[in-house]
Amino acid sequence: MSQATMSSGQTYKPGEHPSLPPPSSVKGPIAWAKENLFGSITNTLLTLLALYFLYKIIPALAQWMYVDAVFTGESRNDCRAQAPGACWAFIGSRLKLFIYGFYPEPERWRVNLSAVLLILALIPVLFDNVPHRGKALIYSCVYPLIAAWLLVGGFGLTRVPTDQFGGLMLNVVIGVTGIVFSLPIGICLALGRRSNLPIIRILSVSFIEFIRGVPLITLLFVAAVMLSYFVPPGTNFDLLVRMLIMVTLFASGYMAEVIRGGLQAIPRGQYEAADAMGLKYWQSMRLIVLPQALKISIPGIVNTFIGLYKDTTLVIVIGRLDILGIGNSSLADSKWQGLSTEVYVFVAVFFFISCFLMSRYSLYLEKKLHSGH
Amino acid sequence: MSEQVHDLSQAAPSLLSSKGDDDIIQINAMHKWYGDFHVLKNINLTVKSKERIVICGPSGSGKSTLIRCINRLEEHQQGDIIVDGIELTNDLKNIDLIRREVGMVFQHFNLFPHLTVLENCTLGPIWVRQTPKKLAEETAMKFLEKVKIPEQALKFPGQLSGGQQQRVAIARSLCMNPKIMLFDEPTSALDPEMIKEVLDTMIELAETGMTMLCVTHEMGFAKTVADRVIFMDGGEIIEENVPDDFFDNPQHERTKLFLSQILAH
Repeated sequence: MSQATMSSGQTYKPGEHPSLPPPSSVKGPIAWAKENLFGSITNTLLTLLALYFLYKIIPALAQWMYVDAVFTGESRNDCRAQAPGACWAFIGSRLKLFIYGFYPEPERWRVNLSAVLLILALIPVLFDNVPHRGKALIYSCVYPLIAAWLLVGGFGLTRVPTDQFGGLMLNVVIGVTGIVFSLPIGICLALGRRSNLPIIRILSVSFIEFIRGVPLITLLFVAAVMLSYFVPPGTNFDLLVRMLIMVTLFASGYMAEVIRGGLQAIPRGQYEAADAMGLKYWQSMRLIVLPQALKISIPGIVNTFIGLYKDTTLVIVIGRLDILGIGNSSLADSKWQGLSTEVYVFVAVFFFISCFLMSRYSLYLEKKLHSGH
Repeated sequence: MSEQVHDLSQAAPSLLSSKGDDDIIQINAMHKWYGDFHVLKNINLTVKSKERIVICGPSGSGKSTLIRCINRLEEHQQGDIIVDGIELTNDLKNIDLIRREVGMVFQHFNLFPHLTVLENCTLGPIWVRQTPKKLAEETAMKFLEKVKIPEQALKFPGQLSGGQQQRVAIARSLCMNPKIMLFDEPTSALDPEMIKEVLDTMIELAETGMTMLCVTHEMGFAKTVADRVIFMDGGEIIEENVPDDFFDNPQHERTKLFLSQILAH
C-alpha cells in the first residue's frame, strides 16, 4: 500500500506524470497465486481439489515407479521377492530388443551412428542461429540417403533385410520419414487445392478427400497386400518402403488441410501487395504467403506430426514389431509373465517424451516467429 | 540497373526513356464487370508522364477498381489499357513487365508482417529486379530516410504506427524505381494526426515529378498537388478538370452534390 499512497500523495503538473511501477498487489508470486489459483470461490475449490488429487497420486506413483521398484533381477519371481514395486529388471533385460528390434547384433553400431547423424542433421533445421547453417542444411538434405544406406546396407555394408527392423528404431524410421516428406507434399496439396487450374485443383481435392476418408489401417493393409498386384511380377517392392509411402501420404492429406487453414487466414492484401510488386506465383508463395501461413499453422502441423508419430505403432497390423509390438510379444515369455504394466508404462513414457519434445519445440518456434502484430 | 535511383528527385523517369509520346497510361473504352454488376463503364483516360491525377467520388463508384485495373489486380473485360507502351492482356509476361514499373500503395498498407521494414523494402528489388542485396539495402535506406523513418528499418511493421507503416509502404514501392505510382486511398485507414505525415510524403514525392494517380478524399491534397481531378460515380467518369475549376466551378450536378457533401463540415 505504501506505493499506492506515495503515488496518490504526489501531484504532478498536467502532462508531466511519469510512468510508475505497479503496486505489489498486481505483481509478484503472491499476487499471481491470488489472481490465478484463488481468484474466486470456484477457482479456490478447484485448486484445492487438484492439490488433493496430486497428493493422492504422486506419492503412490513414485512409490511404485522408484522407491519400491526393482532394477536388477532374473525373473518376475526374483523381482517380487525383492520389492512390491515395478519390475524394471524386465525392461532392462530386453532393452536392446526394445531399441533395435531384430537388427543383427554386430551391425547395431549402424543404427547408433544414424541416430547420432540424425540429431546432427536436425540441429540446422530446427535452429536458425547455428554457424554455417547454409552448408549444414545441405548435409541435412543428404542425410536421408546416408541413413538409408547405413540402415539397409549395400555398397560395402552388409545388407540388413528391412523385416529385421524393429523396436524403437522402426518407430523413429517411419516417424521421421513421414514427418520429413509429409510437410512438403502437404504444402503442394494445399496450394493445389487453391489453384486456379481446374485439373490440379480436382486432383488435389480428390487425393485429400480419399486419404481422409480411409482409415490408416486400411491403407497399410493395402500397402501390404494389394500393392503387389499393381507392380510388375517379380519386382521386389520392399514392404517397409510401401509402409513409409502410405504413412507419408496419409499424413500429407491431413497436413494439406492444416496448411490450407493457414493459407485462408492470410489477408488478400498480402497477395495483392506481392502481385503489385511484380513477384511471380512461386516467389510470392515462398517469400510472402507460406512463411506466414506456416507460422499460423504450427500448432496444427505439430499436431499432425505427433499423430503420425503415434500411428507408427499401427505397423503391428502388418506383422512388423515396433516398440509396442516388441513389448507385447515380450509378455509371452513365461519367465516374465504378468508384467504388462511395466511394458506399457515404458512404451508410454517413450512416446510421451518424444511427443512432449515436439510440442515444446513448436511453442519455442511460435514465440520466436512472433513479430509483434 | 546501372541507373539505380538513390533520390526521390531522380525517381521520375526521364522523358527520353518513355516510349513514343509521353502518354504513359492510355485507357480506351474500358469496361469491367463483377459477375453481372457493371462496375466500370466506358472509361477513357489518358495520363501523361509526370502528371498527377486525383480520383475522387462516392464509395462504390469504381475509383479503386479503376486504378487496380492499371496494374491488373483486377481484370478488365473490354477495351484497352496501355501502360508505358505495353498493352495489358492475359499475357503474364506483359503483366509482370507492367507491375515492375507501377508501384502501388494500399489503404491498409499491406506490409509483409513477417519481414522487417528493411526486408519489406528490399524484397522487390532483390527478387524482381535482381539487384544485389547490398545495393538494394542501400537504396532502401535512402528511401526510408526520404520518408523520415530510417531508424525503424530493423523493426517489424506491427511495431509501427499506422502513419509510419504507410510511409514504409511508400518507400517500399519507390525502391522498385517505378515510373508510375498508384495510391488507393492511402490515408483512409489512418488517425487524423497521422494523415498529415503521409500526405507530406506524397506531396514531396509529387514535387519530384513522379507520375501519380491517387484515389483519395483529401481535397486539400488534390488542390495543392493535382494537375487534374477526376470525379467518378456509378462506374463512369463524370467530370475531369484542373483542380481550381473542378472545385470552384463544377459542371455536373452530381459533382456539385458530392463536393457540397464532403466540403460541408
